[in-house]
Amino acid sequence: MNTIPAEYYLILSAILFSLGILGVLLRRNALVVFMSLELMFNAGNLAFITFARMYQTISAQVVVFFVMTVAAAEVAIGLALMVEIFRTKRSIDIDQMNSLKG
Amino acid sequence: MPIFSLVPWVVLIPLIGLILNLLLGRRLGEAFSGTLATLAAGGSFVVAVLLAVGLSRDPHPTVVPFLNWITLDDFSARWAFRVDTLSVTMMLVVSGVGTLIHFYAIGYMHADVRHQGDPGRFTRFFVYLNLFIAAMMILVSADNFLMLFVGWEGVGLCSYLLIGFWFEKGKDGIANARAAKKAFIVNRIGDFGLLIALFLMVANFGSLDFSVVFEKAPALAAAAPGVLLAMTLFMLLGVTGKSAQIPLYVWLPDAMAGPTPVSALIHAATMVTAGVYLIIRSTPLFILAPAAQATVTWVGALTALFAATIAVGQYDIKKVLAYSTISQLGFMVAAVGMGAYVAGMFHLVTHAFFKALLFLSAGSVILGLERGHHHAAHHHGHGSHADDHHAVVEPVETFDPGDMRNMGGLRKTMPVTFWVYMIGTLALAGIFPFAGFWSKDEILLDASLHYPHVYWILSAAAFLTAFYMGRQVWMVFFGKARHEAAEHAEESPLVMTIPLILLAVLSALGGFINLPFKGFHQFGYWLEHTLGVIEFPPFDLVVAGLSTVLALGAIALSWFLYQRKPLENGDPDPLAKPLGLAFVGMENKWFVDEAYQFLFAQPYKALSTFLSQTVDWDIWHEWFHDSVLKKGFIGLARILADPVDLGFIDRVSYWLIDAIRASAESLRKLQNGFVRSYALSVVLGVAAILGYLLLK
Repeated sequence: MNTIPAEYYLILSAILFSLGILGVLLRRNALVVFMSLELMFNAGNLAFITFARMYQTISAQVVVFFVMTVAAAEVAIGLALMVEIFRTKRSIDIDQMNSLKG
Repeated sequence: MPIFSLVPWVVLIPLIGLILNLLLGRRLGEAFSGTLATLAAGGSFVVAVLLAVGLSRDPHPTVVPFLNWITLDDFSARWAFRVDTLSVTMMLVVSGVGTLIHFYAIGYMHADVRHQGDPGRFTRFFVYLNLFIAAMMILVSADNFLMLFVGWEGVGLCSYLLIGFWFEKGKDGIANARAAKKAFIVNRIGDFGLLIALFLMVANFGSLDFSVVFEKAPALAAAAPGVLLAMTLFMLLGVTGKSAQIPLYVWLPDAMAGPTPVSALIHAATMVTAGVYLIIRSTPLFILAPAAQATVTWVGALTALFAATIAVGQYDIKKVLAYSTISQLGFMVAAVGMGAYVAGMFHLVTHAFFKALLFLSAGSVILGLERGHHHAAHHHGHGSHADDHHAVVEPVETFDPGDMRNMGGLRKTMPVTFWVYMIGTLALAGIFPFAGFWSKDEILLDASLHYPHVYWILSAAAFLTAFYMGRQVWMVFFGKARHEAAEHAEESPLVMTIPLILLAVLSALGGFINLPFKGFHQFGYWLEHTLGVIEFPPFDLVVAGLSTVLALGAIALSWFLYQRKPLENGDPDPLAKPLGLAFVGMENKWFVDEAYQFLFAQPYKALSTFLSQTVDWDIWHEWFHDSVLKKGFIGLARILADPVDLGFIDRVSYWLIDAIRASAESLRKLQNGFVRSYALSVVLGVAAILGYLLLK
């Protein structure tokens, strides 16, 4: 079977991660920022899986599971916060959430 | 001897007496106070007699331990009593003469406290008197130098208290207090000497017990004769203070400010002889220091002559006797300096008899004159009630009942006093066969054998003694009254004349305890048990004859001057003209007090003023404290406050605050609250770290 070289996966992972960064930095909708974050997580996961295949090791795959678990928990808390913020501010524009400043 | 264990009672009985008097005296009145004190002194005398009886059977010195006082590792001092013929002789004299004087004082003080206007002091007087007896007994019965010193200071204290008994009286209301103070301070100089001697003993012998000190003294004399000489000379300084010798005799004449029984007891018969006793007691030390012995002899001889010349020029009946006492003490000191301990002790005893007699008689004369003065004043219509003694307190009075120029002719008005005074005078002048003849002659005999110069000095002093006593008798008792007080003088009551008569008997017969003939030196044999074997020089008729001739000649001369043409009121002293300046000197005590004032008191005051004004106030207080310390401190504080605190520390801390605030102001801008800018800084941070890791 003709395999796809690992570098491709890694490049894909880097592209996804960069997209995620750009999303976090440029978008103002908190939900989109969240999704960009998830994109970065998964870019990371992809890199882990790739290395796991490259070096024929299981530990990286295990780390992916941990990451997914933590991400799930994080999303749960993040979404809950989001809902609360929306209830008080009627908006989820993160540029309006700037009351904690010097 | 078991009887010796009674000895603490010689001290305890007077102490009990004074405590009872303190507690009850005021409440129970004069008769009780006086009797109690007299009985206490008499009790002491009885104990002393019992001890003497015991000693006559067993004459060996005995030590009776009583209390432990100081116990240290290598030093101990206890209160123990020494019973030997010397100490018991002193006890007999002190308590015997003391008892008679106590008895006399009942009568004397009765009149005196009323005359002075404070009957409340009657009891106090007897308390002091008993305290004196107790202290004197401690002194003479001590078995070590420390207890001797305790007694020494105790009698000094009593002397001070009793000289100042009428402390609010005298010239300007302070003369008596000053006299007391003078006695105390002059004695302090002497006591300082004795104390140094004691310290030297402790340092060199490690003990103050007589036995130890005397036992170790020869070794010290061989090893370090200078130390022993210093010890004895310092002791001599103590003696000159207590026994009123040159140069410290000046307090004794002023001590006459005390009531007359005090003058008799303390300042004639007993306390002032403590110095003589000390030298006799310390014989084993003095024998090892011949230079000290010679010094003692010369001090005594010069004092004897010097004081006698002053006595010739005095007008106060007690002052004459005071200088006479100094002179006679000089005889004793000279005697013990020459090593004639028995003669010195003998003269001490006889002198105690006749000088106490003379002083008490003088007191009787003074009281007689006071009574006469009161009587006369009443007749002139001054007083309103003849029998009311309190009325005696009269306005400004210049009458001095002690001035012999106010007396004269008392022979008729005061016959008992006159006759006992005559006996005392003859005894003091050294006329055969009265007590003074024997004792003074023994001193002169010893001097003629060993110290010819001293012999001539003492003979001159003896001549003057007879002369000033003759002068006194002529002035007081013969001629005619020169003041209406003397005209109306009255004889003293029995309570005063009985002791006088007893003392007169002792003065007349006292010499027979020690006749200068082989086998008759009872007193010498008695003291031999304590002092060791004594050499008795044979009786010398030339010496005795010469002194008798001198004495009789002096009395004749005084008769020629004072009685051939009796003095009139206001006459100058017949000696003033022939002696000229010399008499002015005698009259003014050779200006010794003034010289001491000029030589010691004034420079001392100037030094004190300098130290207090210049050194302490001007330099120490004004300059050092105010200028150096205060100004320096203020200056330092200014430097610390202004440039250091305000200029540096404050500025630095304010700058720091401003810097922190400014940086915080600028840094807080970073915290803008926009999540995306935080995220950007995270990204940039990560990129920087990654870049660093890659490029490294």
